[in-house]
Amino acid sequence: MSTTAITNGASATAAPPVLRATGVGKRYQLPTTVVDRVRRSSRTALTALDGVDLELRRGEVLALVGESGSGKSTLAKVLVGSVTATSGTLEADGTPVRAKRGADTARRIQMVFQDPYSSLNPRISVGSMLSELLLLHRIVPRSEVRAESIRILGLVGLEEDALDAYPSQFSGGQRQRIAIARAIAVRPEVLIADEPVSALDVSVQATILELFARLRQELGLSILFVAHNLAVVQHLSDRVAVMYLGRIVEVAETAELFRNPRHPYTRALIDSIPRMGAESVNARLALQGDPPSPFDIPSGCRFHPRCPYAVDACRTTDPALGPVPVALGTAPAGDAHVAACIRADDLGDVDPLTEPAIEPDDPALTRPDVLLEPADPAPAGSAAAGPAPAAPDASDTLPHHQEEGTA
Amino acid sequence: MEHTEPLLEVEDLTIGIRRRGRDDVRIVEDLSFAIDVGQRFGIVGESGSGKSLTLRAIAGLLPKGVEVLSGTIRYGGQDLAGMSAPARRKLMGPQIAMVFQEPMTALNPVVRVGEQIAEGPRRHLGLSRAAAVDLAVETMRRTGIPDPVRRLRAYPHELSGGLRQRVMIAMALSCSPRLLLCDEPTTALDVTVQHQVLQLIEELCEETGTALAFVTHDLAVVNQTCTDLAVMYSGHRVEAGPVKEVFREPRHPYTRGLLESAPDFDDPDRELVPIPGFPPNVAARPSGCPFAPRCRFAVEACTAAMPPQEDVGPGRTAACIRTHEIGAAVVGGEVAS
Repeated sequence: MSTTAITNGASATAAPPVLRATGVGKRYQLPTTVVDRVRRSSRTALTALDGVDLELRRGEVLALVGESGSGKSTLAKVLVGSVTATSGTLEADGTPVRAKRGADTARRIQMVFQDPYSSLNPRISVGSMLSELLLLHRIVPRSEVRAESIRILGLVGLEEDALDAYPSQFSGGQRQRIAIARAIAVRPEVLIADEPVSALDVSVQATILELFARLRQELGLSILFVAHNLAVVQHLSDRVAVMYLGRIVEVAETAELFRNPRHPYTRALIDSIPRMGAESVNARLALQGDPPSPFDIPSGCRFHPRCPYAVDACRTTDPALGPVPVALGTAPAGDAHVAACIRADDLGDVDPLTEPAIEPDDPALTRPDVLLEPADPAPAGSAAAGPAPAAPDASDTLPHHQEEGTA
Repeated sequence: MEHTEPLLEVEDLTIGIRRRGRDDVRIVEDLSFAIDVGQRFGIVGESGSGKSLTLRAIAGLLPKGVEVLSGTIRYGGQDLAGMSAPARRKLMGPQIAMVFQEPMTALNPVVRVGEQIAEGPRRHLGLSRAAAVDLAVETMRRTGIPDPVRRLRAYPHELSGGLRQRVMIAMALSCSPRLLLCDEPTTALDVTVQHQVLQLIEELCEETGTALAFVTHDLAVVNQTCTDLAVMYSGHRVEAGPVKEVFREPRHPYTRGLLESAPDFDDPDRELVPIPGFPPNVAARPSGCPFAPRCRFAVEACTAAMPPQEDVGPGRTAACIRTHEIGAAVVGGEVAS
């Protein structure tokens, strides 16, 4: 699947990435109330993105994964231009993108939304939707609009008779095809797809995934694929970027990332995937707690309150993305696999299920202040009814980690 | 366990809409399954397959206009479908409880969560207010809600999605039901939180011996939470059996199609094979097997009559007239259609 991608570090520097974000941040300022002013409250800004560096290489499918609230949709909107970043810069093909985009820049970066029921105007027929775009961006002369519309529908697997139909006449999967047709009608270079298959049934998902793969081949599109379903991501993408609370915490090629996750959050995500192969959910380590509030980002590493490997330094050091040892492929170090964790090097060969990376007497294990789960796990656990913390009873089972440690 | 009476027995259940002067719309048709005491049973299907309606029929929460047209839902020797509403309400809570997909819409937004959890025990177990609150705290602790004493006073909007779903589960478990109905309880949650909630449901069911009826569209979730399952398509049960065996060797072409079209994290290189076409409109279902128009194994006989439930192994059935022919070849390769 990844035969077409040119993905090692060297060739990426030769050709500028089709889209590059540098230090992109987005803060939403909340209105300050009188009470806030009296209390001198500082919880008035939501940090959705905080210094995001990301590049989308030509012809690749890059997946952006993370929990809800991690900022992945905000980043997608910043890249497509519907949200203006509060800091940082964007470059398309090596040239800076201004906050106010011209028609041509706008044309080159197109978006497909999650829900095809709400992203299509119910009162505009498919034909007039497409012709409006084709004329506005002067893709083809007026006389060829109809032929071009039919060609585009053909690309997404719809028939000519769809032209006169309205969105309500189509099923969910077909609507998503129409949404994709709308995006590719203006001949973009970049497609940003925000959870494009999450609202669809399983059997339909596969047809849309197949469509994305085919369009990438036929039209040479570069695709940024925002998703939370890692099985889908693994299937479609060449590289994966993992987001947590407004930051990118790990980037690597897909196989490499899933084989050799170096950020504890990536590990937790992978361990959380429901699987067809594993026996039962209880056999695996669960990440404790909920994501922290983006109003109140933890000091130091933003993942440390939930991290099973956190040490004292994690509370004060805010790690930047740095290269980590690569397990797969021939690519040398450098930017082939980057992770933002001060313990990334230690975590390489540690199976999180068999060996907690922290020594039992490590002070990090007894840090009640940073746990989001019950601050007093002992009393809850002593009553037989309490849900036992997952770690101890999971220690002897590792059904899915046999292939660890191939580095 | 096979010799004892099942906890819940659904027989020839038909759910639909009555229409004057025209045929009834039969959304779920002649559905049968049974859940034993302590069994974890999954109902899998795509949207529109009738899986959620089936669960709602068991709980007596069918939407207005939709009703049980025929068949029985037996719980502990009583037929729920024919029972009066007040008698039924007595069962809901202490015997049968339900967890919904969207905790934000299922919880009352203007009542503190502690009160919502305590309501069941007060009404059904006759506890005093103070005793019910104590039980609520205990239940919240069991479901892993941090700092339950403080959280008692929270309103649903003050909690995260994962915590809200835990509150729903705490509500459902507060009267120690014998059957827990779950309607896609984790679909609205993130994977990491989904994992926590599934773990919790599995643990609690194991601990208390509560039986589980778990509706979902996610095959991997069923694989991890349930021991047995029924696969539904267009209101019909097309296959049933132990989860592991059904997934290892599906005997109905639809089950097989579902498995082939879903990406599997443990097998990333497998090619996804979509199922062509769409599910039929339930108001105008084709004659014969409802899956026949999309089935690559369909022959003429498939459209003649509804296929019977064929026995395809211990505890397994498949509603396909060709299951014995194609079943053997499933693992190897294609059967000419």
